[in-house]
Amino acid sequence: MTEPIIQVRDLRREFVVRRPAGRLRRERTVVAAVDGLTFDLAEGAAVGYIGANGAGKSTTIKMLTGILVPTAGTVRTCGLDPVRRRRDLARQIGVVFGQRSQLWWDLPLAESFRALAAIHRLPEGAWPGRRDELVDRLDLGAFLATPVRQLSLGQRIRGEIAAALLHSPRLLILDEPTIGLDVLSKERLRVFLAEQRTLHGTTLLLTTHDMDDVQRLTDRVLVVDHGRLVYDGTLPGLSAQVGAERVMVVDLVEPVRDLGAIDGTRCVAVEPDGLRHRLAFTPEHTTAGAILEAVGRRAQVRDLAIEEPDIEDVVRRLYLAQLSGDGRGDRP
Amino acid sequence: MAEAGRFRPYRVLLGSRMRSQTAYRRSFVSDLLGSVGIGLVEFAEVYILFANVEVLGELDFAAAALLFALANLGFSVADLLVGHVDNLPVYLREGTLDAYLLRPLPVLAQLITSDVSLRRLGRVAVAVAVLVVALPLNDIDWTADKVTLLLLTPLIATAVFAGLFVCAAAIQFWLVEGAEFANAFTYGGSYAASYPASIFSLPMRLLFTFVVPAAFTAYLPVLVLLDLPGPAGTPQWLGWCAPLAAVVIWAVALAGWRAGLRHYTGTGS
Repeated sequence: MTEPIIQVRDLRREFVVRRPAGRLRRERTVVAAVDGLTFDLAEGAAVGYIGANGAGKSTTIKMLTGILVPTAGTVRTCGLDPVRRRRDLARQIGVVFGQRSQLWWDLPLAESFRALAAIHRLPEGAWPGRRDELVDRLDLGAFLATPVRQLSLGQRIRGEIAAALLHSPRLLILDEPTIGLDVLSKERLRVFLAEQRTLHGTTLLLTTHDMDDVQRLTDRVLVVDHGRLVYDGTLPGLSAQVGAERVMVVDLVEPVRDLGAIDGTRCVAVEPDGLRHRLAFTPEHTTAGAILEAVGRRAQVRDLAIEEPDIEDVVRRLYLAQLSGDGRGDRP
Repeated sequence: MAEAGRFRPYRVLLGSRMRSQTAYRRSFVSDLLGSVGIGLVEFAEVYILFANVEVLGELDFAAAALLFALANLGFSVADLLVGHVDNLPVYLREGTLDAYLLRPLPVLAQLITSDVSLRRLGRVAVAVAVLVVALPLNDIDWTADKVTLLLLTPLIATAVFAGLFVCAAAIQFWLVEGAEFANAFTYGGSYAASYPASIFSLPMRLLFTFVVPAAFTAYLPVLVLLDLPGPAGTPQWLGWCAPLAAVVIWAVALAGWRAGLRHYTGTGS
């Protein structure tokens, strides 16, 4: 496959914002939500599309899927113009919005799958096999007959993903799929998505606020800020560029003033009582296991937690790094 | 077989809608009775009016009941089938329309088949009952043409009101809080349709004939059935033009819907 599955050139989308100025006059300002994006996605890739809230992620996805028309520039998804060939494109892509349901809230999943199979005109003999695979891998069996509105968030998201994959799309676009999920649900979802990619070669485009999603699921990261692409590369490369660190928080049984130097870590803080230590590290230099072992040799550990670098912080650092490079307007 | 396959998605969608509505039997029955109540109250209005006057706009009570029945039958069937489309702002706000855009079917067809309000069968039943009672009360000189017109009128009235509902939905792509404005055309049209148009002043009568074609749904066909000449500006022969009115309103509705959807996705402005 030489043709990229997504091809974006100088993509721009403006919104007109009107707000009252004085008694009758209304001020009209044009805000660019997406501002000159250019990138390609190869078939079979897994890409994390990250950025702060309001950076233009959802607007980009809407243009890729034919919901919004670009103000300028071009988009090709699966080789098609998404708006003009919306219905042809819909047969080839699956889209999940974590915060918006695409299922019928009063129907059970089993019924929704039947409706979607009819909508996509899937051959009567073929789709139940695909459904059974999804039900099995996403573990939907227990609540297949429950109306969607009675499902928990984790159950609903799994149902949404199964619904988006029923017609075996080439490209799966996930907008914040893990938002609000507990650790276990997130983990199961990641295992499932990785497996689908291996089995079916599905291309994956994922927006998320969760660095773990990016690390576990993607091999390339695009960072967007104020509608512009500020980074395109691998996650380790991004971490190296902005120096994003994870922080291990260890709680000790007995107070220790100073744990001494631990390889590959930097002591960020020790709480005054000496019971809680915060150690920053980058996954490239050491592992959480090695740190825990090193700490364990010096003190007895009662509890620990790992804090992930937060995406807003990564984006802010990138933004600051770029400020010197090009003079760009203020936030709208 | 190919034709059947074409409409299969919609059949499945509508089937699931109907099942979900009738699943809660008690609430469905109370909704149904409520809808019968609305139909009866509306008819009571006509009845009270004619308890005080003999003739209104050249129609006596029997003719007015026939008019009411035909207008209400068309409107209530249209309301049952597509009445939910004027909830478009809700669909926009909840992202349902985006979900439709991600499916390989026309958006309007998905919106129309996304619901069917079976509870409104109550109002349909009232209209049918009034029709059955009113027909023999009128002194109609039956011909084959008139029988055809009588059979076609409810279908055309349904098409006209459904077209009005789609127009009302399309308007709301531009007017975020436009439900009241849009209702003026749909519910207002229905109200105007169930009274003899001759009681309105000429501008109003022309508005509800040639802009909002409510008069075509019942009043003009009733003039034909009863061999009444009709008031100035809206002569009786217009009653035969009702199918044309339905075609025109649907052309406007589809053009408006297309423009509205393009406005939403941002091709327009």
